[in-house]
Parts: sequence; C-alpha cells; structure tokens
Amino acid sequence: MKLYDYVLSPSCYKVRLMAALTGVKLEIRPVDFHPGAEHRSPELMALNPAGSIPILEDDDLILTESAAMLVYLAAQAGPEWLGSGTPEQTARVQQWLSFSHRLTASLGGARLHEMLLRPGDIAKLQAQGIAALRELESGLVEQGLRGMRFLASDRPTVADIACFPYVALAPDGGVPLDPYPGIRLWSRAIRGLEHFIEMPGIHRLHELKSEPDAEPGEA
Amino acid sequence: MIDEWYPVGLFGQIENGWKTALMGEPIEVAFDPGREVKVTSEDGRTLPVCVRYGHVWSSLGKPRKDLFAIPEADQPGRRFVEVGVVRVRCSPLRAVENFLDIAHFPFVHTDILGAEPHTEVHDYKVEIRQDEVWATQVKFYQPQAAKSAAGGITTEYMYRVPAPTCSVLYKTCPPRPGEWDVIALFVQPLAEDLCDVWPWMALFDDVTPMTDLIHFQQTIFLQDRSILENQIPRLLPLDPGMEIPTRADLTSVAYRRWLKRHNYKYGAQLVAQ
Repeated sequence: MKLYDYVLSPSCYKVRLMAALTGVKLEIRPVDFHPGAEHRSPELMALNPAGSIPILEDDDLILTESAAMLVYLAAQAGPEWLGSGTPEQTARVQQWLSFSHRLTASLGGARLHEMLLRPGDIAKLQAQGIAALRELESGLVEQGLRGMRFLASDRPTVADIACFPYVALAPDGGVPLDPYPGIRLWSRAIRGLEHFIEMPGIHRLHELKSEPDAEPGEA
Repeated sequence: MIDEWYPVGLFGQIENGWKTALMGEPIEVAFDPGREVKVTSEDGRTLPVCVRYGHVWSSLGKPRKDLFAIPEADQPGRRFVEVGVVRVRCSPLRAVENFLDIAHFPFVHTDILGAEPHTEVHDYKVEIRQDEVWATQVKFYQPQAAKSAAGGITTEYMYRVPAPTCSVLYKTCPPRPGEWDVIALFVQPLAEDLCDVWPWMALFDDVTPMTDLIHFQQTIFLQDRSILENQIPRLLPLDPGMEIPTRADLTSVAYRRWLKRHNYKYGAQLVAQ
C-alpha cells in the first residue's frame, strides 16, 4: 500500500496514524507539497484530478479521500475500528467522518494561512473552526454522559482518527484549545493509545512517573 | 536595525511577484523588465537587493556592508536545500535564539535530535569572532542527527550568528567526516512578534532525495514552532532578570549581550521597561 504523503499534512497523518494503530505497513512516497507544490504536478494530478494529498494506492484501488482510506485500513486490519455495527453506532461513525471535512476546511485552512502563507479569510476560517470545535466539545460531553469516552463508542473508531489531527493542531492556526476540557481529555486518550505515532505539533504523552508509594498506615 | 539585510523571498518563487513585508512595511519582490530582481516598498521606493543562498535579500535602509559570507555555499559537491517559508507568531529574535539552543533537543525533537536520558549539555566555548557570535565544541548525543545518519551518534556542532536575525550552524557530516553540514535559519522580521522563517541547508548527501531532506528539516522546525508561539514574554528580554539562564544557555546569553551592544532592539525588550 503506497501513501503519497506530506509530513506536515494532518490529512496524511490521519492515514499514517490509522496504519500504525492497526499495524499496517505503508510504503511512503514523500510529496514536496511546500515549497515545491508537487501535488499539482502532472504525475500527481493524473492520480488525483482534485490535486490534493494524501493519495492511497493499493493495486488498482486509488483513494483520494482520507476518510475512505481510514475505512479501508480498518476494514482490512482492524474491523473493531469501524464500530460495533449497530445502526446507531454505524450512523455516529458516519456522522463524525462527514463532520471531519468541516475541521479540514476551517481549522486546516486557518493553519495553512497562518503557517504556510496560503490565501484565505483568516477571521472567517477561525470563526468556523471555533464553531466546529464547540460542536465537537458538546458531542464529546454527551458521549461522556452516555458513559463513552470516544466520539461513536467507548472505544476509538475511524471517526476519532478522522477528527483528531486538525483539532489537535488548531493552535497552529491561531485557535486555542484551552476552552474545551472535553476535547483535551479526548485528545489525551487518543495520544495514550498503544502504537500511537506523533507528527510535528502533536507531541506524544510524556511517561508519567509512578506514584510515590504511600507509607503504610498513612491517611 | 533598518540597515541590516533581511531575507524576503525564495529566488525561485518570485516569477509572479511576491508580496510580503519587512518590519511592518509592505514590500513587493518581482523581476523588472530586464530580469533583475526588484524590491519595492509601498510608497514606491526601490530598496537594496542582493540574491544569495537561494534567497532574495533586502533592506529598508542602507546596508553598510555586504551580506555575511557562508564560504560553504561555494564549495563543490554540496547540495543546497531550500526548505521554504514557515510563518511563526513570535519575535524574530526568539526564532534565532531557539535555533541556538541544544538543551531542548531530547524534549522537543525526541528520538531525532535527542533522547532521554542523554540530556546533558557538555561544556562548550562561546566567543565573539569578527563581531559575530560563535559557539564551538558543542557536543550532543543524537539518535538520528541527519537524514544521512544511520543510527545514534555524538554530533559536534558549531553555531554562528553573523546577523541579528540569521544563524548558521555547522554539524558533523555523517557521510563525510572532516567536513561540516551547514544548516542556516534566515529570519525575516514582519513585526516585532511575527516572522517568516526560511531554513536553508548546504549538505554533503548524494543519496537522500531532495523531498526527504526538505521534510526532515520541516519536521524539526515545525516541532519548534508550537513552542516558539507559546514563549513568554513574547519579546526577547535583553537584560537578565526576566529569565534565569543556566550554563547550557551560554550562547543565548552571548547573543543577547551582542544584540544589546549593537543596540538591536527590534523584537527585544529591556527589563527596565
């Protein structure tokens, strides 16, 4: 499986992260997105007329939507990442997979503007990003009331991986995460998953020191 | 301060004109009809220009000397890597100072430029040479010092600050012992707390594809970016008092003193204020 990849792209990172979490080995083909704009080169435009990355190639299957890539990896190597299959959970997974596009457009757009000088109406992008974050925060709080830690289930699914990167990198686009305790806990739970990998701007959890042993008999 | 040379764009990317700013003043970089690079300020002034190290350099004032020399830029066999611009909401001086710091490697560039428990910064030398800040004999253990490094090595570094917003580092070159890889950070001050950073490299590495070299350096710099945007105070304090330096910070201390001696205050603050 070959991933046309840019190391700073949150959408590419979603696919790398999903592959790491499900134990799939990817062949990485680095794309000079910045400063080279290689994603607009004839070679890549032939693969993906939309001119975006990531692109995932597996024999004659070519995927250009990151949500589809997550589903493909999960279906192959970790079906538990697709949810339990109940109508409600299946719908919740789809709900957040579709929702993740709003994060890409708003927070992702703000990040490209603030970091790599791409054009855009920054105030509008940030405002749309904040609206999406508020929606995600209340979704997570409601899940908490149902006794669930993740967006669609009590275990992580492709929906969490689809939403996580642009949310975690919101500060890169000048949108702070301080007002969202639910998002911060959720982000921490994802970063604590076994086989989690990082990307620039998303740090791994520092190992916590073991609790100092309390003396016997102490209150 | 306005008489310094500053990077204002990648020479290879000004074909359709490049609108940017220097110290709060909008400027435009473009080719004139005779294919000469022209930098114009908003009020129509033609600004000084030089093209060097893959970048266009300009100044709002009248530079009193040529742009600093990097002799390695003319050495045959090196590959020159234009990493591209990254905007950072921080003081231009903070961007340079962070580049000079070694102690953060294990914590920010974990498993690449450093790793716990190898956190010790050994003694090194700092001096002023021909009015440039130099740090030499800097040694640090690194799991993957360069794209061309196969495993962990103790890397030796030299750091150099030839201009207030530029730094050049020389580090052990894994495929070519006896030579130094050159990694530079050219910082364009947009405002006192906003800058465009243009990393540039001159490496001995005939193997690694260019895109991998760019991605390696972008990875490192983007790990720094979120830290830089959260540093407080936002302006670099030139007087002691706000921050307590340790022995590992000798280069930073020398840099701040050097800035102060040159009365370079753009992006800086004095404690007394």
